Amino acid sequence: MLKVEEQTPVVFSSELLAKFDDVKSRYPEGKHKSALLPLLHLVQAEYLWVSTHAMDRVAEYLNIQPIEVYEVATFYTMYFLKPQGKYALEVCRTGPCCLVGAEKILDHLESKLGVKEGEVTADGLFSFRGVECLAACGFGPVLQISPDYTFYENLTTESVDKLIEDLKNK
Amino acid sequence: MSRKLLLEHINVPGINTLDVYRQKGGYRAVEKALKTLTPEEIVEEVKKSGLRGRGGAGFPTGMKWSFLAKPEGVARYLVCNADESEPGTFKDRYLMTYIPHALIEGMIVSSFALGAKVSYIYVRGEMMPQIRILEKAIAEAKAAGWLGKNILGTGYDLELYVQPGGGAYICGEETALLESLEGKRGNPRIKPPFPAIAGLYGCPTVVNNVESIAAVVPIINDGGEEYAKIGIGRSTGTKLISASGNLVKPGVYEIELGLPVEEFIYSDEYCGGIANGKRLKATVAGGSSVPVLPANLTLKLANGEPRLMSYESLSEGGFATGTMMGSGGFIAFDEDQCIVRNTWNFSRFYHHESCGQCSPCREGTGWMEKVLHKIEHGHGSMEDVDLLWDIQRKIEGNTICPLGDAAAWPVASAIRHFRDEFEWHIKEPVKSQQQNYGLAYYANPIEKAPVTEEK
Repeated sequence: MLKVEEQTPVVFSSELLAKFDDVKSRYPEGKHKSALLPLLHLVQAEYLWVSTHAMDRVAEYLNIQPIEVYEVATFYTMYFLKPQGKYALEVCRTGPCCLVGAEKILDHLESKLGVKEGEVTADGLFSFRGVECLAACGFGPVLQISPDYTFYENLTTESVDKLIEDLKNK
Repeated sequence: MSRKLLLEHINVPGINTLDVYRQKGGYRAVEKALKTLTPEEIVEEVKKSGLRGRGGAGFPTGMKWSFLAKPEGVARYLVCNADESEPGTFKDRYLMTYIPHALIEGMIVSSFALGAKVSYIYVRGEMMPQIRILEKAIAEAKAAGWLGKNILGTGYDLELYVQPGGGAYICGEETALLESLEGKRGNPRIKPPFPAIAGLYGCPTVVNNVESIAAVVPIINDGGEEYAKIGIGRSTGTKLISASGNLVKPGVYEIELGLPVEEFIYSDEYCGGIANGKRLKATVAGGSSVPVLPANLTLKLANGEPRLMSYESLSEGGFATGTMMGSGGFIAFDEDQCIVRNTWNFSRFYHHESCGQCSPCREGTGWMEKVLHKIEHGHGSMEDVDLLWDIQRKIEGNTICPLGDAAAWPVASAIRHFRDEFEWHIKEPVKSQQQNYGLAYYANPIEKAPVTEEK
């Protein structure tokens, strides 16, 4: 996690706050803390990561203690606690995908992008990491790209090369 | 061809839309349930069907429903568990992607049966595309009057919401899921009280798997007794099997319970055999948590009779020679796969996913991962195998939730059936890094190809 003083303060846009209100309306009176996980996803979709400042604003919005947000954001693996590449590639590395070559895909990404797992490329476009089972075992190897979690199946080193070129030219 | 109840229309173009789903008979179960049946009668039909929870535990769904407390003036909830995260399992993702209305229809009927006015579908956060599909389908259903106030003029109100998770396997455990839905860390609760008494927001709650809820639709349409005619013994109905690993045709298949395992693996109707002309070495029949079995015990029981895809037959012989149906995540390993490496991979998974509440699991899973890493990479000693056995035994049964057991069983079964492969890694630290152990005597002589000798 980045130190708080290294982070830029955050002000949520009115569009984002409108989405917050919509989520909050799904739960019974007084149970609005249920909105926490969906709200953090919305924050991440907007900023590509979840900073401490953003967590503090979420806590204010839900009228809960900041620690209640921190403990959740650090427990669940989907929330990025430091900035990622514009395209954060997540490759499944669990058993069934490894039976069909997931480890090769991870190795290939490392050499293709020239960064180690968790690092961001110099142009800020890419980062990658291995994640646990993505529930697509029959179509492995698979990867997903946050923030919108588009999904790619039956990967080969060639299809990964093409995907990266396509994203670069987007 | 076997009967299809859930995937019958999977290949119909546009079946993900309300219009096409309706044309294929969709939402008949809602009409029948809300207009002609009482909630008690629906519960009774589900009991008669013999439907067992499709998420992994296999507990009878109708019985689970009948445990729901109904105090006056207290809200009741139905929560659908769509946190599909068990390695090897991807049937719910498939169902939600292609026939989202099957789940929504099942949710409406089930919510009505349980008296829930607000229901949630908790979908694992990584499945954002499926969340978008479900939200679109819910909006369609609501616009057409299948959800919302006074559904079909019956006076029944229901709101259905999709809740994303945050990426945690543990939230597939029902009490961890409820904690997560309340906006907290996914730490499982101590039971009792069971969710049927105190679940979401402390209110009576039923948590059911996606496939279980979707199965309620054919049960209401055709009647519980008709459903119970399919299958074998106490394994009634059809089951979605997620087939992965080294198979010719991996994918999601709907089978009638009782299908011989051999037919499932080798027939062209299902997996079409082992990929690349190789032979079967081992399987994990019900998701990563269940015991791994060598090929011979996968295809046949210890007494030589064929093993069937049913809750009873898969667990025949206990853990000594059997496994479990689990979630129906069927993973096949060909002769070139390394059991030690896969066991290490699974242990890493459980270590990563342990919530950290109970020390046997928090510490034990990491310890097993380290020891297995050592053995796999040629640095193990013979005592390490006994150490692994000892650790897994001390995790099993000593944790709040079943994740501890789920972490222990793959290790225990790998040592039980493949101990010689572990020992070979230790005795041959150099060779084991260059080649794999191969088949040894695990393969059933069912395949024509001769057993290759080790180089």
